Amino acid sequence: MSKQTSRAGDRIFSTTALMAGVLILVVLFSVAVFLLIQALPAFFADPSEITGGEGFWSYIWPIIVGTVIAAAIALILATPVALGVALFISHYAPRRLSQGLGYVIDLLAAIPSVIYGVWGITFLAVQLEPMYEWLAEYAGWIPIFAGPASATGKTMLTAGIVLAVMILPIITSISREIFLQTPKLHEEAALALGATRWEMIRMTVIPFGRPGVISAVMLGLGRALGETMAVALVLSTGPLILSLIQTGNSTIAAEIALNYPEAYGLRLAELIAAGLLLFIITLAVNMVARWVITRNKDFSGANA
Amino acid sequence: MKASRLRVVAAMLAAGAVVLTGCGSDNPTGETPGADRAYQGEGLAGTLTGVGSSAQASAMNAWKTGFMAEHPGATILYSPDGSGAGRGALLAGAADFAGSDAYLDEKELKLSKEVCGPGGAIDIPVYISPISLAFNIPGVEKLKLDAKTIALIFRNEINNWQHEAIASQNPGVDLPDLKITAVNRSDDSGTTENFTDYLSAAAPKVWPEDPGGTWPTNLQGENAKGNSGVVKVVSNTPGAITYADDSAVDDSVSTVSVKVGDEYVPVTPEAASNAVEEATRVEGRAKHDIALELDRSTTKSGAYPIVLVSYHIVCTQYESEKTVKLLKEFESYVLSRQGQQDAQEAASSAPIPRGLAKQALQAVNSVEVAP
Repeated sequence: MSKQTSRAGDRIFSTTALMAGVLILVVLFSVAVFLLIQALPAFFADPSEITGGEGFWSYIWPIIVGTVIAAAIALILATPVALGVALFISHYAPRRLSQGLGYVIDLLAAIPSVIYGVWGITFLAVQLEPMYEWLAEYAGWIPIFAGPASATGKTMLTAGIVLAVMILPIITSISREIFLQTPKLHEEAALALGATRWEMIRMTVIPFGRPGVISAVMLGLGRALGETMAVALVLSTGPLILSLIQTGNSTIAAEIALNYPEAYGLRLAELIAAGLLLFIITLAVNMVARWVITRNKDFSGANA
Repeated sequence: MKASRLRVVAAMLAAGAVVLTGCGSDNPTGETPGADRAYQGEGLAGTLTGVGSSAQASAMNAWKTGFMAEHPGATILYSPDGSGAGRGALLAGAADFAGSDAYLDEKELKLSKEVCGPGGAIDIPVYISPISLAFNIPGVEKLKLDAKTIALIFRNEINNWQHEAIASQNPGVDLPDLKITAVNRSDDSGTTENFTDYLSAAAPKVWPEDPGGTWPTNLQGENAKGNSGVVKVVSNTPGAITYADDSAVDDSVSTVSVKVGDEYVPVTPEAASNAVEEATRVEGRAKHDIALELDRSTTKSGAYPIVLVSYHIVCTQYESEKTVKLLKEFESYVLSRQGQQDAQEAASSAPIPRGLAKQALQAVNSVEVAP
């Protein structure tokens, strides 16, 4: 292989890589511009013509909060479990078991969201309904469990649980890969100092993996924010309410999925404006996550 | 080594090109290049494109299959994107016809004159679907309700099956002490529009809301997506009741007989057809524009007034003679006894009354080639 050809190869590859990078930016930018142009009528329309009759912001506000609630439930439920599974696979399980388990967890990510939705509506909601009755009766004094509980079980909490199962594999598999990359020397040093296995994990694996775990959680959050089909099927939508076990609340993605097929004119603009806001929220979440990661990097030991 | 690397790069570029150009192959005119060549015999050839109502989707499949078996050279494409999308596509000239659960409004009629010639577009009723009230009460299989009680149940103002208003209409039925869960559609749908239209016409005192495709926002209720979604929820929830296209209702739930005049009418295709026979045409429309005004508060015996009428909206003029020929032939098939029977088998719809079908056929035959 001569020097000449390898340089040509380099050039071709760097150009291709550059093009790929630019293409992503162009696509993202075009999406933003498209959404903005299509959404404009909704921002400037007469408030009384907007769904709900009180202007765009009072229409969109409850479903933005709903979107955040659904994603928050999913993260709160999924993150501890995912980290536990990841640590078990990377540091506790016997090798053969860990491989099988990792494979099964990854498989969860391959299930289409509509399947999760159907599972949620036909199985999970029905099973959870008695639990909601119980919560309403004995924990009803906590505002988020205020009764009367939904008789169908199609509530925000059910939707959040389905979302949690859906984002579990994303957080698990990224965290697992990160934990496995902890420098062996760190781990051995900790053990040599007399640390137990849990102390070793606390001293070396977790600090090393923190930025990676944060990005894993953010990826999961991205999926939870944007998930459409499962929520649209599972959630019995309605106005914003605090109780998670009553009928009510909605998310942006579900609102779009449920109303888009029959929407035209101003209604279409409203839905696209809702999409634009979801786009901005997701972007903001990702930027915050990046910022958190770069801030944490200095203390993680990853640069040691 | 070098060659193989170049090959990889070339393959990547080629793949990229395919992906990029693949998106541009939409065919808004509906003319498939190969269709003419593929057909060797006499008769019809070409492609007819429709976009619209998802309520018609399974009937449309049956019509397509039946029609294309008779005319192997013809292709009918229908994409069930929704009624609004269908009307939009027709008005934008992107479809040859639209399937719609609502007839064109004044504004759309005006717009249609730009794409469909001076006559604009016309509505042709092709599909009648009864909307059932499906309920799940353990041990109860037959239930009779009048419009007012139905409205109150869906407003959650009657919320126990032992309520006096229900019990008085169902003597001899052992109603349990069970909470009523009324389930409505979460998505925008023609079924909701027709059901709320029925409530506001037959029980105006208890149902002041305007009919519409989405459930009134001031009424809080359980909901689910699609006909199959609401039926599924009802079959999972004892004490639940919903409204759904009759084709989606299965054995897991029972249906309500609705009070019309002095009797209670169970949901059947014949009863739905009877109700449509009572419909009057909306006034002030073009001669062949058959927009129907259903009489929801009818007292005619044997009529079931909660029905959905779905239309094919076609232009009065088309540029291409081939399209006109194909359209006339196809719509005649749809309106024929055979076509309506196909739809009944596939989607348990109700047949179009023959008198109405005759008017619809005249309307179809008025379609002409643009001069």
